[in-house]
Amino acid sequence: MAVNTETMTINMGPQHPSTHGVLQLILELDGEVVQKATPHIGFLHRGTEKLSEYRTYHQVIPLTDRLDYLAPMSNNLGYVLAVEKLLGITDEIPERAKQIRVIMAELTRLKSHLVWLACHALDIGAMTVFLYCFRERESVMDIYEKVSGARMTSNYFRVGGLSDDLPDGLDKEIRAFAESMPGHVDTYEGLLTGNKIWQMRTKGVGVISAEAAIDIGITGASLRGSGVDWDLRRDNPYCGYEDYDFEVPVREECDTFARYKVRLDEMRQSSRIILQALDKLKPGPILADCPKVCLPDKKDVVNTIEGLIHHFKIVSEGFSPEPGEIYQGIEAPKGELGYYLVSDGSPMPLRMRIRGPSFVNLQALPQMVEGKLLADVIAVIGTLDIVLGEIDR
Amino acid sequence: MSDQAIVEKLKAKFSAAVLDVAEYRGETTVTVEKESIVEIGTFLRDDCGYNLLSDLCGVDYLGKSPRFMVVYNLYNITTKQRLRVKVPVEEQDAKVDTVSGVWGTANWHERECWDLMGISFNDHPDLRRILMPADWQGHPLRKDYPLQGPDREPYQGRLS
Repeated sequence: MAVNTETMTINMGPQHPSTHGVLQLILELDGEVVQKATPHIGFLHRGTEKLSEYRTYHQVIPLTDRLDYLAPMSNNLGYVLAVEKLLGITDEIPERAKQIRVIMAELTRLKSHLVWLACHALDIGAMTVFLYCFRERESVMDIYEKVSGARMTSNYFRVGGLSDDLPDGLDKEIRAFAESMPGHVDTYEGLLTGNKIWQMRTKGVGVISAEAAIDIGITGASLRGSGVDWDLRRDNPYCGYEDYDFEVPVREECDTFARYKVRLDEMRQSSRIILQALDKLKPGPILADCPKVCLPDKKDVVNTIEGLIHHFKIVSEGFSPEPGEIYQGIEAPKGELGYYLVSDGSPMPLRMRIRGPSFVNLQALPQMVEGKLLADVIAVIGTLDIVLGEIDR
Repeated sequence: MSDQAIVEKLKAKFSAAVLDVAEYRGETTVTVEKESIVEIGTFLRDDCGYNLLSDLCGVDYLGKSPRFMVVYNLYNITTKQRLRVKVPVEEQDAKVDTVSGVWGTANWHERECWDLMGISFNDHPDLRRILMPADWQGHPLRKDYPLQGPDREPYQGRLS
């Protein structure tokens, strides 16, 4: 009988549990070896950039929640920082607001990394980690709910500050969580790091050199796993990150295991940052003193004519930044999240461009899996830490 | 090297191609002719260290001439500096040379720019739609493309 030498083309996704959303991969297989991988995206395209051009700057914030829905507050943070830069009010943001933003952004990093670890381990076959990670994630969700009223679509930050202060006693809950987190990370490490199966599935899998990673645009923890020491929080600080003491974990192995270790170390550093921010936290205003941008206190709306006018103007018309353009990049859990805003002097952005890290990181997938085994595709999708809400926007 | 020094270096090398230099909120934007974008990109990558193309996108200034701008947000991972390069693109000739040979990451960004903004890229290795379905007509991010989509009445608000 003749040996069949044809390649086989299979569809992976868009409905497949380990594609982490509606991602479709067309895989051309020679036996179990992937010859060619072609990602198809866009199934979750909601036109966020187009919608933003028809909304005032404040009305765009809830749209950003829905980009990377595993890390909503990071998206909010990048967007409000971009608008503040466009308005030129970056220096006016009160300290307390900045500190709470840092706390929430780092909790968001933990939340996002917990889902990454849970799903990555589950895909490779380690079910227990999934349950542990989701237990901890639930604590972050509870904190989210207490500060913003929503577990996922937080819409908590405002241009100029925050929508509301932390509820009484929540700082204690956040502290307890942040203090417990390094121990939890040790638990995950205990289950995985020395585990022979885990090592065989991750070491030497999905290798990408630093040069290739920069060329294809990989950012964030995935790039630090390839030995590039670059973190926007430290190198282009925003939101007061220059005042915190933290390390940027870097590994040289360029493989899935290195990226796993980098992200786990990042989780430990995030707890450190949260604790430092809690120590700094002092009572004070949470909204900048910019009456044309920030909504006035309800008391002032009722009692003063200026407050009423400002409230009316901001709600009915919004604010109009001067014509200009800015780019603001932040270190989101998945990499560099960039907002490029163009204003023509009207209350709505002329262009609101989102540079989603997942979109760019996914582009590296074909070169990381071609010539490798089919089973490694699952590991590589996990290690790139993609979320389709941000890829398709 | 400061942004100004890099702009001077760029001007010295490509004096005819640099159309405008602007600074806003501490960010430098250089507008250059679209014919020389590949040369300038290669120069910025190799001689000025802008090894990461953070972002590439199109902007539609409907009613102005030229109508489009293609915007390249560059980053230098060694010196942690940013630089923005823009090229003006006319509506009648909405084509730019691809920079996917300079920064590999431009591949998908340019596909997205073609898909949503209708700016095409010469010599692009794989210029297909990326977010919209393959048989879609039109380019949704253009300002003259209705928000509700084609052939639909504009939404008038809730009728109640």
